[in-house]
Amino acid sequence: MARRITFMQAINEALAQEMERDETVVVFGEDNAGGAGAPGEDDAWGGVMGVTKGLYGKYPGRVLDTPISESAFVGAAAGAAASGLRPVAELMFVDFFGVCMDQIYNQAAKFRYMFGGKAVTPMVIRTMFGAGIRAAAQHSQSLYPIFTHIPGLKVVVPSNPYDAKGLMIASIRDDDPVIFFENKVLYSVEGDVPEESYEIPLGEAEYVREGDDVTIVAIGRMVSMAEQAADALEDEGVECEIVDPRTTSPLDEEAIYESVENTGRLVVVDESNPRCSLASDIAALVAQNCFDHLKAAPRMVTAPHTPPPFSPALEDLYVPDPERVAAAVRETLGTSDRARA
Amino acid sequence: MSTVQITRLSMPKWGLSMTEGTVVQWLVEEGTILEQGDEVIEVESEKINNAVESPAPGVLRRQVAKEGDVVPVGGLLGVIADAEVPDSEIDAFVEEFEATFVPEEEEAAGPEPEKVEIGGKSIQYLKMGESDATPLVLIHGFGGDINIWVFNQETLSTERPVYALDLPGHGGSVKDVGSGDLDSFAGIVAGFLDAMGIEKAHLAGHSMGGAVAAAIAIQHPERVASVTLIASAGLGEEINSDYIEGFIAANRRREMKRVLGTLFANPDLVTRQLVNDVLAYKRLDGVDEALRAVADSLFPDGKQANVLDISRIQAPVLVIWGDKDEVVPASHAQNASSGAKVETIENAGHSVQMEAAGKVNRLISGFLDEAES
Repeated sequence: MARRITFMQAINEALAQEMERDETVVVFGEDNAGGAGAPGEDDAWGGVMGVTKGLYGKYPGRVLDTPISESAFVGAAAGAAASGLRPVAELMFVDFFGVCMDQIYNQAAKFRYMFGGKAVTPMVIRTMFGAGIRAAAQHSQSLYPIFTHIPGLKVVVPSNPYDAKGLMIASIRDDDPVIFFENKVLYSVEGDVPEESYEIPLGEAEYVREGDDVTIVAIGRMVSMAEQAADALEDEGVECEIVDPRTTSPLDEEAIYESVENTGRLVVVDESNPRCSLASDIAALVAQNCFDHLKAAPRMVTAPHTPPPFSPALEDLYVPDPERVAAAVRETLGTSDRARA
Repeated sequence: MSTVQITRLSMPKWGLSMTEGTVVQWLVEEGTILEQGDEVIEVESEKINNAVESPAPGVLRRQVAKEGDVVPVGGLLGVIADAEVPDSEIDAFVEEFEATFVPEEEEAAGPEPEKVEIGGKSIQYLKMGESDATPLVLIHGFGGDINIWVFNQETLSTERPVYALDLPGHGGSVKDVGSGDLDSFAGIVAGFLDAMGIEKAHLAGHSMGGAVAAAIAIQHPERVASVTLIASAGLGEEINSDYIEGFIAANRRREMKRVLGTLFANPDLVTRQLVNDVLAYKRLDGVDEALRAVADSLFPDGKQANVLDISRIQAPVLVIWGDKDEVVPASHAQNASSGAKVETIENAGHSVQMEAAGKVNRLISGFLDEAES
């Protein structure tokens, strides 16, 4: 039976159920167990935001605190995965990837290929991303396009609690390295989630909302921005279809094309910086593959080409909001061939 | 004041979660003379498209809702009245409706699915309607659940209590199917009758659920007031194993949409939401194994393992089939015993209770009334 839980609880439950089901699943990272200063095991912090809270007491020896050395523990995860475990390592903020990128892109991502398919690397790296909590330029970036670029990695960016649980379970059971992006602003968002374990396959988009006028492809937290924009536009008689790719690699291109072939218009909403982003990638794919169906130029709604500002006023302007999404939708409709008068 | 009859054509409520529907298209022009039950307008709900039927004979005087309009449940789609009724009265009727209509609150309180323990297994069911009349129990088929009765249960519950249950391995019931054979399912339904305190019930089953209903009627004749077999298993050996295997294998939206399309004469009726709902169920741990076990037990080697002797059923039997059924051949209707009433519905597929809901509801309703008289 489904009941309402938060995005954070959904991820915690996925980890707990997989640890229960498969004893090769281990969890580690900075403060994942409790960290310095926690009064005891029962009150262990469970990560900087509490996502792994409660696991340390339930699965002794399988939830580990690591030193502050991403290079060491991400490398340990790659090695553990290659030798029989299913590690879930936590890179606290994705902004810290620079110090451990070799372990990810040139080691873990290459094992299957370099060993002629004889090696598997069933590791998950959970990582927080996104602006909105006044954490400044070094803790607020949306860097999933960088990982999406690399063959050999799978990249998951869930937008809601139901998907977060099913995608986390699928990521843990997957035999390739998966980078699992958790938008920190979504942690408190509630949704209906079944108590049972379930998998959502990596590489299948979700149609969040159906409509015939404009396709909005939105990623992660941007799905809710697109929904708010679509609500506002509905009052103007514009029906938006919202496609949530759920994973940026593999990308469910077919689902996007199917929608654009119907609507003829595309807006992509992506919290990352605009150049070489998911927005530019999807806009290019659609331009190449759906050109004959397009009634207007695809529009991209992204963060600007700057670091995330620390100033609250500027940070609020930095993240795409429903007004910007709606404005982009109106621009695609600005041509004279609009179907509904 | 005149006593002329003006009838509202309203947005129906198909299922607990439906709060509004979208007008796909009008199937008849203004001015068309309608019989009760004629299909008038096609509506898209979250789950499935279906036609709304005329609730009364008369002329379609006004198409109030336009194609593409989103109308709340109970909202006015059109107006049906005799040709003699002046336009001014129709106008006044529409005006008054629109001035006074209040759409029901979202997630309005209605019957909710409940759970009951039967032989240690948790079984989900939904009850609609309260009365002392002999209850009707609805039994879904392979891979189905209580939602396959979304167009039937509420309508049929105006005359008697109607229960729909999820068999083990299905819907919200326990995933463990045990042996997954016909007798185990029949035992669960018999246990369900006990648990609900039902001495005697009308049974209606779709596909595999039909075979379950027939098995109970043969094993426990004293508990069964009538049997309605809809596109039923158990009347012959043939079954479309591509459907069974395809349903078990499908894990992606596109495959599942294609597989579910097999259930309908018009595959376009399958909405994305229906596909999503089925996939959300299929993706739960243990479901594929449960379906595999049931298929291996009931449909081994691409054939039905249980062909029942329907002539042993003492209660009245109604057999309903869609002539375009691609899962269980409609020709199996001829294998029913001579006493059974057989109805074949044109241009409907395996899920005839959804695709031709109005006709199926009227057939069942009439049959149950007759069985009780």
